Amino acid sequence: MKLGFILSEMWAGIRGNFSMIVSIILVTFVSLSFVSVAALLQLQVGNMKNYWYDRAQIAIYLCSDFSPEEQCPAGAASDGQVKAVGDQLESAALSPHIEAFYFENQQDAFDRFLAESEDLSAVQYLLPEQLNEAYWVNLVNPEKTDLIVEAFSNQPGVAEVRDQRGYLDQIINFLNISSLAVAGVAAIMLASAALLTTTTIRLSAFSRRREISIMRLVGASSWSIQLPFILEGVLAALIGGALAISAVGFGTSYFVTDLLATQLAFTSFVGIEDVWSIAPLVVGVGVLIAAFAATVSTFRHIRV
Amino acid sequence: MIRLEEVTKTYRGANEAALRSVSLDIQRGEFVFLVGTSGSGKSSMLRMMLREERPDQGNVLVLGENLSRLPARRVPQFRRKLGVVFQDFRLLPNKTVYQNIAFALKVIGKPKAFIETAVPDVLRLVGLDHKSDSLPSALSGGEQQRVAIARAVVNRPDVLLADEPTGNLDPASSTEIMNLLERINLAGTTIVMATHDRNIVDRMQKRVVEISNGEIVRDAETASYKEIPSGPTPIIPEPKDFEEKP
Ligand SMILES: Nc1ncnc2c1ncn2[C@@H]1O[C@H](COP(=O)(O)OP(=O)(O)OP(=O)(O)O)[C@@H](O)[C@H]1O
Ligand SMILES: [Mg+2]
Repeated sequence: MKLGFILSEMWAGIRGNFSMIVSIILVTFVSLSFVSVAALLQLQVGNMKNYWYDRAQIAIYLCSDFSPEEQCPAGAASDGQVKAVGDQLESAALSPHIEAFYFENQQDAFDRFLAESEDLSAVQYLLPEQLNEAYWVNLVNPEKTDLIVEAFSNQPGVAEVRDQRGYLDQIINFLNISSLAVAGVAAIMLASAALLTTTTIRLSAFSRRREISIMRLVGASSWSIQLPFILEGVLAALIGGALAISAVGFGTSYFVTDLLATQLAFTSFVGIEDVWSIAPLVVGVGVLIAAFAATVSTFRHIRV
Repeated sequence: MIRLEEVTKTYRGANEAALRSVSLDIQRGEFVFLVGTSGSGKSSMLRMMLREERPDQGNVLVLGENLSRLPARRVPQFRRKLGVVFQDFRLLPNKTVYQNIAFALKVIGKPKAFIETAVPDVLRLVGLDHKSDSLPSALSGGEQQRVAIARAVVNRPDVLLADEPTGNLDPASSTEIMNLLERINLAGTTIVMATHDRNIVDRMQKRVVEISNGEIVRDAETASYKEIPSGPTPIIPEPKDFEEKP
């Protein structure tokens, strides 16, 4: 079977079925846009985790004279208690999980506080004694904060174990849920794209049933009968996918790179290169679904 | 060439068998008429030979293939060795005569050069070389059937199956078609033709296989319809509805 002939049959199918092909293109366009957005949100989550988890630390705050009674019934941590925390961080059980830790005394904490505060008027009544001594811990695997929290939460002399990641997790949770919601919409849209492709290709095959019956009669191979229809669906999906990638690429560079990233400089954002990186996957999903739908819908025409 | 061995077929949903233990042997180069009343099973037999249907029991052997066991993926290759024509011509209305015939070759991947010589050749054979650019709608029924025959034989099949090819035609056109089929048969193609047309069967003096109710009730060499069959085949009354077409 000649490629030229298959293609001319495909064009004949598209010409006879033009508005339906346009509708496949549009529904594929919309559904693949949703798929792309879901994928980009996931990439953004990954981005933020990478960016922040490396920087996020766990603080083991030690009791000071100003610590609340319920956290530190025995008052400020004794030198022995402080040393015990340090020893335990170096112990065989914990040290493999710990990348680095350092001790911050009250003066260090006060200096850091001054350095980080933009509004010095708020600092004028603060004394170093009011701040906690702390151990700052970086983990090898930033996900394993429970290890530290469990080990030190009830340790005498420890006021509080605080995971900086906790702040980030709220944002990440929000992004994850959004990405799930978008993925849900994408799944529904993809299902309707598949159904629409099935119906359209079935109509296309029906309108060419005379040709098909003659092809079968004279011994055309099954794939040469099906291929024009599959290509018809695949071409529509490719166009829809290209539109989706263009639209999402435009949206990303305009809204994310040009607007969001310039205004919120505290984290890295997905960019146009991420759109390119998901493009093959997104278009591939669209093409596979179209090819599958077209194969299924022409199946009974090739049954011998 | 074609051999049916005790072929039995009951269509799905039908309560009676369309073919009952039919056995038949057709040699290379034969011209065989299948006759019988409407619903007797003529088309069913042809569909067996084309592997449009498969028998419930028995074997169908065509061109060395056992069609009961031929896997679906090899059916296309098998069908390239057969030609088929029908009562309703089955031409593509939006393609010219030339394109209709070329289509049958294109879809089985024949090279352009082959198509460009084979199509004019076969159009000359059926006497329609001057109509190659006409649409089917501009042709008479007889001419359309000649195009359909041209399409069926352009790939030089060993066997031509014809299901009432003259069923829609006036007597003059039918005669033309039969002359054409006879020429094709003389060139070596085995022909099996189902027909209602008593005149044609009488005139052609070929082998006649009569089917009634899914069974072969007569198989006579060079017979006319009226001839009383000799041999062990049962004598049956003439079917009442075996009428001439207008
Ligand atoms: N697809 C089918 N499903 C169910 N029954 C069928 C089917 N095709 C044929 N039959 C039945 O099988 C029997 C034989 O049909 P067949 O078409 O072979 O007859 P025929 O001799 O070709 O008749 P005609 O001269 O009218 O063309 C009939 O009783 C018919 O109703
Ligand atoms: Mg019939």
